Order: sequence, then structure tokens, then C-alpha cells
Amino acid sequence: MSQLDAPRTQSAYRQQEESIELSHLPGPEGDAPDQELLTLNMGPHHPATHGVLRLLVTLEGEVVRDLKPIIGYVHTGIEKTAEDKPYWKVIPVVERMDYLAYFTNAMAFCGATETLLDIEVPKRAQYLRVIHMELNRIVSHLVWLGTSALDVGAMSMLWYSFREKETILDLFEYSTGQRMHTRYFQVGGVIEDIPAGWTDKVLEFCKIMPGRVDQYGALLNKNEILLQRLRNVCALDEQTLVELGVTGPLLRAAGNPWDLRKAMPYSSYEDFDFQVPIGVNGDNYDRFAVRMQEMKESVKIIEQAVAMLPEGPTMVDDRKIALPPRHELATSMEALIHHFKLVTEGFRVPPGEVYFPVEGPRGEYGCFVRSDGSSKPARVHMRDPSFVNLQATAAMVKDSYIADLIATLAMMDPVLGGIDR
Amino acid sequence: MEVIRQKVGQKPTAGQMHEFRSRQLTARQLLTGDLDGAELDEHVESSILTTTLEKAGKWSAGNAFMPATFGLACCAIEMITTVAARTDIARFGFEAFRASPRQADLLILSGRVSIKMAPVVRRIYDQMLEPKWAIAMGACSSSMGVFNNYAVVPADKFMPVDVHVPGCPPRPEALLHGILKLRAMVHDDPSMGWRERHGAEGTVEVLPEEGEALRRDFAANVPGRTGHGTNA
Repeated sequence: MSQLDAPRTQSAYRQQEESIELSHLPGPEGDAPDQELLTLNMGPHHPATHGVLRLLVTLEGEVVRDLKPIIGYVHTGIEKTAEDKPYWKVIPVVERMDYLAYFTNAMAFCGATETLLDIEVPKRAQYLRVIHMELNRIVSHLVWLGTSALDVGAMSMLWYSFREKETILDLFEYSTGQRMHTRYFQVGGVIEDIPAGWTDKVLEFCKIMPGRVDQYGALLNKNEILLQRLRNVCALDEQTLVELGVTGPLLRAAGNPWDLRKAMPYSSYEDFDFQVPIGVNGDNYDRFAVRMQEMKESVKIIEQAVAMLPEGPTMVDDRKIALPPRHELATSMEALIHHFKLVTEGFRVPPGEVYFPVEGPRGEYGCFVRSDGSSKPARVHMRDPSFVNLQATAAMVKDSYIADLIATLAMMDPVLGGIDR
Repeated sequence: MEVIRQKVGQKPTAGQMHEFRSRQLTARQLLTGDLDGAELDEHVESSILTTTLEKAGKWSAGNAFMPATFGLACCAIEMITTVAARTDIARFGFEAFRASPRQADLLILSGRVSIKMAPVVRRIYDQMLEPKWAIAMGACSSSMGVFNNYAVVPADKFMPVDVHVPGCPPRPEALLHGILKLRAMVHDDPSMGWRERHGAEGTVEVLPEEGEALRRDFAANVPGRTGHGTNA
């Protein structure tokens, strides 16, 4: 007897729903609702998926039994495009992978290329990179805070968090000329020194930011609805997270203090004194709280970096890599030749391959670059934390309510541009 | 019509209150049919604005876009910023972002459209009810932008786009400017028409019979020219 011939076991509720004869009778009392499995498609156009993520959710009633993410809806072929461009032209496209962590992306790529070239970035450039990356972390967390709060129903959070985000983007515009995707970092340093008065504005911002984080906390931490949606929801233990390769605030929320800024410092992070906030339960509330604290720690790092900002060049003094100063072009033939070679062909990188991981707002951004000795990379690959963290979704939301899936997705903070690249 | 401005929170003067009250009473009389003759004419002239239904519809549609909540990539962040406090899109009445395409009439393509996404975008656009408009925000959805590779499709290839906003990503102000341009288009603003396209700014439109006289006047007014045969 095949499965189709087997007698269909239907609940009384379901029988009544399907049969016209029974429909007028009073409903079965105390009967459990229909427990058939339902496959629900969520996305790619869904306001709570933070982009164009598509999820195939298997539901039993309201409970998520299985979940399958389908990605690729913003696949842009960035890694392939990078192979067609000289190293210094790759930076703009790499920045657009994870579009909320542009400085981090650029740092990973530039760091990898610098390792291949075996050059030492000037100290001032390293500090400027740190300041920009930490500001970038705050921007990313603020966007996360606003949109995630929106997902769990706290509408007003968006206005406050975007107010501070605009302040930081103004700082970016002041120092780099662009709000997003600045291409400020380049191989060998940063593109130019910061303008006069910029550090004062940064310090001004650093002064208000911790208080603002407290204000966000006051708005959300005492909100009973938000706490019920986050506390003890979709927790995942540290062991499972490590096995799934999850990094960043998600892992730290489960109690593992893994932070590349501490574990393998790059760009002079060892000079700064800061703490790595960790959670205890690994639930959604801890993920939320860890990020809130991280914003404060980032402010601490920025303050120290501004205070200790050394004088000196912001670019390596190697004419094979750095563009010559503009004024030399009219007087020096050498400079003109270097400029021409750099702009038309770009610099050549010795053969080899390197993986350069940095700690971004979402975890480990690692750039793998393989060079074949030419001026274009043979392969660029980004280990994007959103992509790796996404595979923990199913483990997190299994056997929890579908409403918690939205909250968990919000607290995971995936950026689809980074996932699909 | 004279516009009277007064500070918010200040009490209107007795004269203003009286005028307001009398207008209220006249309006009530009009509705009950007690008003006739010259009084009726005067009231109708002063308080009723005539227009065509088409124009009124366009006016209301252009001032109340309901954009779809649809973010694709980087530009989506700037699109959210447009809603946020600094460039408050609600000043113009476009803040009601709708999650369902059935309730939206403006699709902002905020980011790069990949080959996999293009049919989905097209379906969302098809699901929107007429009248509907689309804005391609940023370089990627207009011209494939910095990527310009196998994966990205410009929006014009698969759906009609009304306004292209340049930038990578465009500033929130730029998007707002694009939406206001779209509003001007919806309102049938004459400046959105042929003048720019044909490089005809600063010209006037005249009827054929008027043209000869105009040309004569123009020629007569040009210093150092006699009044005939100039074809300026």
C-alpha cells in the first residue's frame, strides 16, 4: 500500500473545514489546530529581510521547523570584476561588497596587497585607518539599530540612530569627500591627509556618542515588548557557533571573546586600550547588547587614536606604488613616468597568495588575494561574515515562532551585498 | 489673492474672526440653497477654484507618492536616510513607504539589479497598480555603474524608468531632487517637456499669424538694424 492510499488522518478541525455537511456544526472543542506542514516563501522582496534575502521556511502552525536561505539576488560579480582591474582600481569595487563596512572591506584588500608587496604603512596612515574603521563600525551598528528596531516594531529608534549616522557621514565627507564608498584607504596608506579641524569635530562627536548610546538603551532596554521579543529567544551555544564559523557580535554574544583586533592586531590596534564586550546567554538580547557596548568601545578607540595621532606621511614613500605629488609632474621626468605607469598599468605585485583578516562590524572580513606577478590580481576572494553567519540562521530559529525569525534575522544583521558579492 | 501670515499660536484679531465667521455663514447659506443672485456669484468667485479633473488628479497623485519599501543594495541605505530626519521626505508627502507593491505607486530601484533579481523587480513593477512610476537610483540600475559586468542589468532593459538619479550612491538630496523632478513630470510641468531636450530655453511659443508681427517687432528693436528681412 503506497502512502497515497493510506487513510488520511485529519483532525476534527480540518474535517470540518473541508466538509460542507459539517460546516454548520459547532467546532470541535479543545482540538489542536491543524498541524500540516506549510512551506512559506519569504522574500526576496520582503521589508524585514534587510535586502533581498529569500528564505524558504517550513512551518508547522506558527513554528519554524526548517529554513533554507536562497541567496544570489544581488550577485554583482565583484570578485570577477576585481580580476580585470589593476590593484588600485579594485578598491572601489571591493568597498561595495558589504556596503555598510566599506572601510573594513578596503582595509582587508589593501592589507592583503600590502602584505604581498611587503610594505610598511606609515603610522599616521594606520591611525587614520583605525579612526575611519571605528567610525564605520558605529555607522554600521547605527543602521542595524534603526532598521532592526523597526523590524521588531520600535519605529522611533530609526530617527535617533540616523541622526548620529548622518553626523558620522558628515565627518567622512569632510575627510574623504564622500559619504559612502569613499576609496579613502589605498595600497600603502590613505589617499590624503585629513583636513584641518577634522579631529576636533571627531572629538566633538566622541563626546556626545556614549551619552547617545545610553539614550538608545533607555528607549529600548525598558521596553517590555522589545525585551520579550529578544530575551531568551533563539539562543545558540558557543560551540555550535564556532562549528558554523560564526564570527563577530553573534559569537561574542555567546560568550566567546574572539575579536581579531585583539587576537591578531593589524593597523596598530595593539596600541589602543579597549574592551571586547561579550554576552552570556547568546540570545537575541545579548546580540543587541553586545553591539550597543561595541559602539562605546569604538568611541574609546577613536578618542585614543586622535590623541595619539602621530605626525608624518600618510602614504608610503615608494614611487612604484604611490602616485608622485602633483607639483612634481611639471618639473620631474621621473615623476611623470611613474605617474603614467601607475595610472595606465598600475603597480606590479610579486607572485604569491595571502589571506588578510580584519574585524569588521559583522565579524571577520578576510580578503584572499593571489598574485601572478602582473598588475592585476589573479584572484580576489572575500570571506564575508554575513555569508558565513547566515548559515547559523536555521540552527538559531529552528523550533521557534516565525515572529522570532524576523527578530533573529534583525539581530543577525546580514548585509546582502556582502553575502552575494 | 492676498495671503495673510501670522505667527503660530497667536490669537486672530477681532476683524479676522468676524471675517472668518461671515465666510462660514455664507458657505452654510450656499449649501442650504439660501444664497442667490449677486451674492451667490460673488461667493462662488471668491471661494471656488475651477480646474479639470485630470489636472486635479495629477496634482494629488504627484504630491502623494507612495514608494515601495524595496531596497536592493548600497543605495537603499541612502534611500532610508532620505526618510530620516535630515532630508525629511515627509515634507513633500512621500513618506508613506508601502511594503506591498499593490499599495505603492513609485518603485525606487535603490541599487544594483542582478540578472537573478531582474524578473523579480519586473514582477513587483507589474504588480503595482496604475498610475505608477519608477526611479532608477544610482549608477548601477541606470548604467551598470562601476561594475559593468556579466551580473548587472540596467533597469531600462526590462522596465520603463521615469527618472534616473546619478551617483554611487546618490546623496539623499539627490534622490529627493529626482523625486521632485518626477513630481514635476506628473504635474505636466511645461519645463519638463521639449525645451530642454531641444535646447530651446528662453524661447516663446507663438501662433503662425502672430509670428510675422513678432519678428518685425524684434527686428525693429535690434539696435543697428533696419526693420526688414532679419531672420534671427
